[in-house]
Amino acid sequence: MRVALFVTCVNDTLFPRTGQAVVALLERLGVAVDFPEEQSCCGQPQFNTGYRRETEPLVRRYARAFHGYDYIVTPSGSCAAMVRDNYPRIGARAMSEGRDRGLASVAESVVPRTLELTEFLVDVLGVTDVGAYYPHSVTYHPTCHGLRMLGLGDRPRRLLEAVRGLTLLDLPGAEECCGFGGTFAVKNEAVSAAMGADKARHIVGTGAEAVCTVDNSCQTHIGGTLSRLGAGVRPVHLAEILASTEETQW
Amino acid sequence: MSGGTYLGMPAFPEAARAATRDERLRGNLRHATHTIRDKRARAVAELPDWAELRAAGAAIKDRTLRHLDGYLERLEEAVTAAGGQVHWAADAAQANEIVTRLVLRTGEREVVKVKSMATQELGLNAALERAGVRAYETDLAELIVQLGDDLPSHILVPAIHRNRREIRDIFAERMGDWGRPAPEGLTDEPADLAEAARLHLRQKFLDAKVGISGANFMVAETGTMVVVESEGNGRMCLTLPETLISVVGIEKVVPTWRDLEVFLQLLPRSSTAERMNPYTSMWTGTSDGDGPSTFHLVLVDNGRTDTLADEVGRQALRCIRCSACLNVCPVYERAGGHAYGSAYPGPIGAILTPQLRGVDTALDASLPYASSLCGACYEVCPVAIDIPEVLVRLRERVVEGGEATVGGTRVRIRPARGHAAERAAMRAARWALDHPGALRAGQRVAGRMRRLQPRRLPGPGAAWSRTRDVPPLPPESFRSWWRRTRGESGEAGR
Repeated sequence: MRVALFVTCVNDTLFPRTGQAVVALLERLGVAVDFPEEQSCCGQPQFNTGYRRETEPLVRRYARAFHGYDYIVTPSGSCAAMVRDNYPRIGARAMSEGRDRGLASVAESVVPRTLELTEFLVDVLGVTDVGAYYPHSVTYHPTCHGLRMLGLGDRPRRLLEAVRGLTLLDLPGAEECCGFGGTFAVKNEAVSAAMGADKARHIVGTGAEAVCTVDNSCQTHIGGTLSRLGAGVRPVHLAEILASTEETQW
Repeated sequence: MSGGTYLGMPAFPEAARAATRDERLRGNLRHATHTIRDKRARAVAELPDWAELRAAGAAIKDRTLRHLDGYLERLEEAVTAAGGQVHWAADAAQANEIVTRLVLRTGEREVVKVKSMATQELGLNAALERAGVRAYETDLAELIVQLGDDLPSHILVPAIHRNRREIRDIFAERMGDWGRPAPEGLTDEPADLAEAARLHLRQKFLDAKVGISGANFMVAETGTMVVVESEGNGRMCLTLPETLISVVGIEKVVPTWRDLEVFLQLLPRSSTAERMNPYTSMWTGTSDGDGPSTFHLVLVDNGRTDTLADEVGRQALRCIRCSACLNVCPVYERAGGHAYGSAYPGPIGAILTPQLRGVDTALDASLPYASSLCGACYEVCPVAIDIPEVLVRLRERVVEGGEATVGGTRVRIRPARGHAAERAAMRAARWALDHPGALRAGQRVAGRMRRLQPRRLPGPGAAWSRTRDVPPLPPESFRSWWRRTRGESGEAGR
């Protein structure tokens, strides 16, 4: 089984510890993981802002970088959803515009192999107890694209419930968007901030020490809002919780 | 008493910003949307075959839209055979002109109206007023909006932005200008407010010789019109007047009665969270000695055929105006309906308005961006309109232009103004992302300079850092860490 990590541009640049956590976690579970250096970004910022054609080179790059791998594992619900939902659309549109040059077929080729981290753990490896230890109270925010586009369901929750030492606290209004939305956060700053404030209030209300997601792009918004409020609640990616053990506090 | 107008409204972000600071509005919207949202979820959960119904609703609409021309002609034949007269309107001006002419021909100067999204879209009331005709809204919430010189802010509950205290004041101050005044000492108890509206409207129903309605569905095989409602005002307007004029968008046609079975389950549960709506009125042309003796059907295009021409965007025409998407939308809940600048607020408005009106104004070009793409709207839509997919499609039309159908002609539209800097930034970002070497070099520079990282960002970044802290830059990117610890070619990949 050849497994590649698609770390995502956000994690690569801003949250390398999340990528390192995925590597540590998978290696602890006996999975050898590669990091093809040709990878960069899935193209979601361009695509979701309306620059579909700007994403085409990134679709080709993604397919090239991960050619030959059985699984492409990524610690981001929205980047996985971008590949699985939108790559085929980008390919189909290019084809209908007569500019395909193989784009549609390479786009389709990565869809079944691209998995969000919790899907890979639960569905492929068949584990929910990854042997993690994290002695903190945590609340979980299901990010929108993981929840609705990928249909992650209760996978993240089952993984969290199996972590020793962890107290999982219910988040009110959990399934409501945090207000990030990529360029939405700056184009509609006021509404985005209002959504973020409500999310932060709910998080603080749980009394949790940390808020966990499977998406660091949403976490940038949630964490930035909490930090500005001086809330003292730590944003943490699920991979970092799962990578933690008695020996290694992540 | 012209009421408000959507003309000249600011772009969505500015209007929404003002709304987010209006605590009373936020409170009204939060309470109302969460109440309906929760009720809808319970009503939908009762049906074990909801997913199948939803798929059937989408399929019936898609099939009908594919053969829309044929079904509309069949409808026209059936309506005409049943004693009705059918009129075709290409745009709002034509529709308003036809309705105005039909009303004036009766010699009447007052009409009663059933709540209708199509006539809101057309601005019919204002057109009638210019011709000296007073149109009385008889739906309770539309009455509140009309008496308050206000604009609707929700498809189902147009006065959702008002609380009962505000409604009491509007009734007490304004009812007398329009007819029977509110009773002395009116309280803000819902029963008292409803009674005041009943008394005020009763006179209108009894006096009216002309009624104007829309329709939720039109059945092509028999020419039957269908209006569903909760208050009984519709039944009054549809049966008491001598002349009935129904103004309906062409996408409201369904082929057969059998198709109604699906929609009469989908609509009430999605809309009012009821198993069945209290009043379902159906009529076919005219009947001697029963109901209106004259029936006109005005079929309205107003951008619908252009919308139909877009392969992705056309799914918006499946919409049955239930407003479930508004009630779950976190953006609508905080921005309110007025910020969307049209009769169609919320997620469905953000994809309908730019297709029906185009993306030429700053407001209309901003609507596809009035969403975080969270997908809650798609999840609840009873006819499975993938609203995020259409939003992204329309964003592309805004920033890149391209082919579109306008006024029935295929044209190449130019990108909207004001996106040059963004386009340049997106291209530059894509270039860097397509050159990982450059990306790594940039990350390395940023890592070295990270102690200089400002807490507040300049330029466009200020829109981020005004309300959110910027995450601290790490000393080393992931790819540098990998190369340092795992070697050039990722030799850990055994």
